[in-house]
Order: sequence, then structure tokens, then C-alpha cells
Amino acid sequence: MKYSLYTGEGLIPDQFVGLDNYIRLFTEERYYTKFWNAFRNNIKFFIVVTLVQNVLGFFMAVLVTRSFKGSAFIRKLSFLPTTLSVLVVGYIFKLILNPYYGVFDKFLDLIGLEKLIIPWLGDSRSALFVVAIAVSWQFFGESVLFYTSGIDGISKSIMEAARIDGASIWQEIYHIILPSVLPIVGIVTILIFIGDFTQFDIVFAMTGTRGDPGYSTDLFGSLFYRTAFSSSERGGWGTGMGAAVATMMFIVVTIGVGAFLTFFTKKREALEK
Amino acid sequence: MINIKRSISKTFLYIAMTIYSLSILIPLFVMMMTSFKTNAEIFKNPFGLPSSFNLDAYINLFVISNYGKYFLNSIGVTVLSLALAVTMSALAAYAISKYKFKYNRAIYVYFVVGLVVPIKLGTIDIMITMLRLSIFDTLWALIIVYIAMAIPLSVFVLYDYIRMVPEELSSAGRIDGCSEPGIFARIIVPLIKPGLAAAGIISFIPNWNEFWFPLVLIKSRENYTIPLATGQLFGQFDTKLDLVFAVLSLASIPVIIIYLLLSNYFVKGLSAGAVKG
Repeated sequence: MKYSLYTGEGLIPDQFVGLDNYIRLFTEERYYTKFWNAFRNNIKFFIVVTLVQNVLGFFMAVLVTRSFKGSAFIRKLSFLPTTLSVLVVGYIFKLILNPYYGVFDKFLDLIGLEKLIIPWLGDSRSALFVVAIAVSWQFFGESVLFYTSGIDGISKSIMEAARIDGASIWQEIYHIILPSVLPIVGIVTILIFIGDFTQFDIVFAMTGTRGDPGYSTDLFGSLFYRTAFSSSERGGWGTGMGAAVATMMFIVVTIGVGAFLTFFTKKREALEK
Repeated sequence: MINIKRSISKTFLYIAMTIYSLSILIPLFVMMMTSFKTNAEIFKNPFGLPSSFNLDAYINLFVISNYGKYFLNSIGVTVLSLALAVTMSALAAYAISKYKFKYNRAIYVYFVVGLVVPIKLGTIDIMITMLRLSIFDTLWALIIVYIAMAIPLSVFVLYDYIRMVPEELSSAGRIDGCSEPGIFARIIVPLIKPGLAAAGIISFIPNWNEFWFPLVLIKSRENYTIPLATGQLFGQFDTKLDLVFAVLSLASIPVIIIYLLLSNYFVKGLSAGAVKG
């Protein structure tokens, strides 16, 4: 992090400039517009991924832990996308959504929904959402895995007692499952937060290091890569400025993790009372 | 009444599970099937099976694009870094769990903090360190970084395994005249084998798929790992769709096979970590 206080021509910053890099990052328009844009995109991205992975993932885990034929197979299958590289997942989605030969548009056409076809990754209104969905698809199984192991850990006798007392599935979820998996909600949320605020691979694969179209999918991770390691024609700001961006990311991640930790510890204490 | 309700909810359950399975399988299926089609066929018949299993794309990748070399690089980096990381973590976890000294707790916390601090943010310092050590653009640079990445989780997992080994066993060893390294090698290691396996397996997937550090630290083509080769070849073959899909399939097939073979260990290791944390 000390390199954020330096500037220089080559790869290794050697000229001490104090806080100058930070001052420039927040006062010069060409720097701060990109920084705040990536910040906003990252928050939207995080909200979509958290909703899909936490809310949908939780309900999927509730379904998976019911006893039915094939539940072992589903459990095994659900984690499969998580084993692939983020890069591969990004490219698969990019190819499936391709306007010329993508299978997804052809499928919409086939079932008569051709009106819904839009340039998924070419439109700045949908691109960020599509990228977030690709990441959610990949790591969905990880949330499901964490939640299922939490639900499996609840003692069978408590569940049975509730069922005998005639508790509906909703009551069961609200009064028994949710309180006991709350620490896992915390862990999953914090992991998603850390992953999303440093996410780079998916942007690289789907929309390039500039977060096309028009920086609408630029996240902190791609901003950091571009500013620190690209040549100035391709959006590089020099290694010293890059280090300043990385330091700001570090501060954001630390504050975020701290905030979630206190939030979930308080919630848990409130529930235990 | 209850029976009707139950069968409705069973039906709902099966429908949900079918949709879920298809949403996982279809993208993977499309990817692999497309890699066997010719370019013309991809446009003509995007759905469905290829008319014949056309292996040209794969042969091209291995012969022209040196894919075999990239595989060897990835295997070498992964095996070496995981083996070294697990060995070092076991020694570290042993020291902080079995010997009493002033900063036990602090050192343990220091290791575990590594789980939440993203190493990516220190990339510039890492890059400069590698330049100064003159191992920039070599596989050693990656191996060192991957060891550092695997250590926090491995220490975290192994710490608990080692703590569960009863103190009496080590004491008995000492009385019989076994040296301290001997106690570790002959008593502790055999007892924590499952922990060692878990630590290695959990770190395998992120290690094998890692893309960021090769992108920053590797410049020469002969040092590419599979993810870096995937990233670069994908752009290069923009118009040759069969090659593009073959690149993606090749990057995924090894890890899918290993996951299917070892899935029980993955799930056990990961869920143990989640529930405990």
C-alpha cells in the first residue's frame, strides 16, 4: 500500500508524493467519475447477487433438504457450476446471449417471446444485471451447500415436534430454520461482499476491462486492473494511482465486512434473548 | 385431504428441482456439444446434438496452440503449491495449537485474518516483490502467491484437527525418547490425514481456476496456465466458434471430473468450515 504515496514513470513507483494520489483521485473529474461509477455499479451488482444467492439459495436449500428421491443427486449437481472458473462461466453466458448465434435468443424466438429479445450485453441498462446473474448462477450452489449443511445440523427431533404440532412450512422456516441458520446468512453475505467488491474475472470475460458498454459494468476489480496495469492509452493511471485505488477498495471492503459482522452479531443476540 | 396436499407439494418440489437441474445442465451441455460441431453447423443447428463428433477443434488446440504445455504448467503449479502450503500449514498449526507461548492466540488470528483480506488488493506489492526477486514471469511467482493464498484456510482447518489429538499421545512419545519433529511426523501426521486431505482439496478449485495473478505476473506464452490460456485463446479465436467452445470445454472438463470423483470430500470440507465459522 505504500506505493500509493509514490509516483513514477516505470513499473516501480519511486518518487514520493505523499497523499497527492488520493487528492487527485477525489478532486480531478477524470478520476473521481470513474471511481464513483465503479462504486455505484458494485453496490447494484452486490444487491442482485445477494438477493439471488441468499434469498433464492435459502429457499432452494429448504427444498433440497426435504426428503425425496434424487435429493443426493441434486445436492451434488448444485455445486457443479462453482467448480468451474469464473472466466469460463462468463464466456458461456456471453456465447449463449450472443445476438447472432446465441441459444437464448433463439429459444425466446421458439417459444414466441421474440419481443423480449434485447442486446443483453450491449445495452447499458441490462448489461450489469446480466453480469450479476452470471455470477449468481455460478456461486448459487455454494450458498445452497452452506444453507443445506446448516439445515442438516438442526436436530431432527425439533423438526418432528414442530410437524406434529401442525406447524406449516412457513412457520417451520420462520421459527426454526431461520434462527438456526442466521450465522450462515452472515457468512454467506460477507463472502459474497468480499467476492463482489474484488470481482474482476467476470467483467473481463463478459464485457472487457473497460466494463462495456460505456463503463456500465465497470466494477472496483476491473477499475483496479485497468488503472494499475494497463497502458495509459487503454485507461491506465500509473502504478501509484493504481495502488491508491486498491487502498480505497481495501477500506471499503473492511468497512463493509465490519458493518455486516456487527449487524449479524446484534441480530443473533436479539434472537437468542 | 392431507394426502392431496402432500402430493401437490411433492409435485411442486419435483418441478422446482427439474427446473433447477436443467438450469445447471443446459449451459454446460450446450458448451460441450457445440465444441463438436463445425462452424456451419453451429449457425444452422444451435440446439441438439452434433451430426458427427468432430474432434478437429480439440486436435487443433493441442497441435497448434500448445494446450498440452498449458496443462502441464497448471498441474505443476497446483500440485507444488498445494503440497507446500499444506505442509507449512500443518507445521504452523501444530506449533500454535500444541506449544504454549505468549502469542499463540495472536498468531492464530493473524493467519485467520488472511481468510477475509483479499490478496488481490496487494497485487502491486506482489508484482514489485517478484520483479525484485527476478522471478517475475516465471511459474515460481505463481507458486509463491498460491501458497500464500492456501495457507489461511489450511491453518484454520488443521488447527482443529491437531487440537483434537490427545496430549497423552505426544507425552507418551516423549517418554519413549521420540524427538519433537519425530512426534509431529510419526504421531500427529498419521492422525490428521483426513484434515490434510480436506485442506488440499478445498484449496484445489480456487487454485486451479485462478486467473488474476497469471494475467498480471505471467507474460511469456510458454508459462501460461490453463485459465490464462483460456482468456487469451478465447479472444484470439473470435470467429472460430468450434475452437472457442473447445477451449472452454477443455478448461472445465478436468475440474468437473475431479469434482465428481471427490465431491463427498469437497462437500464435507466446505460445510464443516461453514458451520464452524
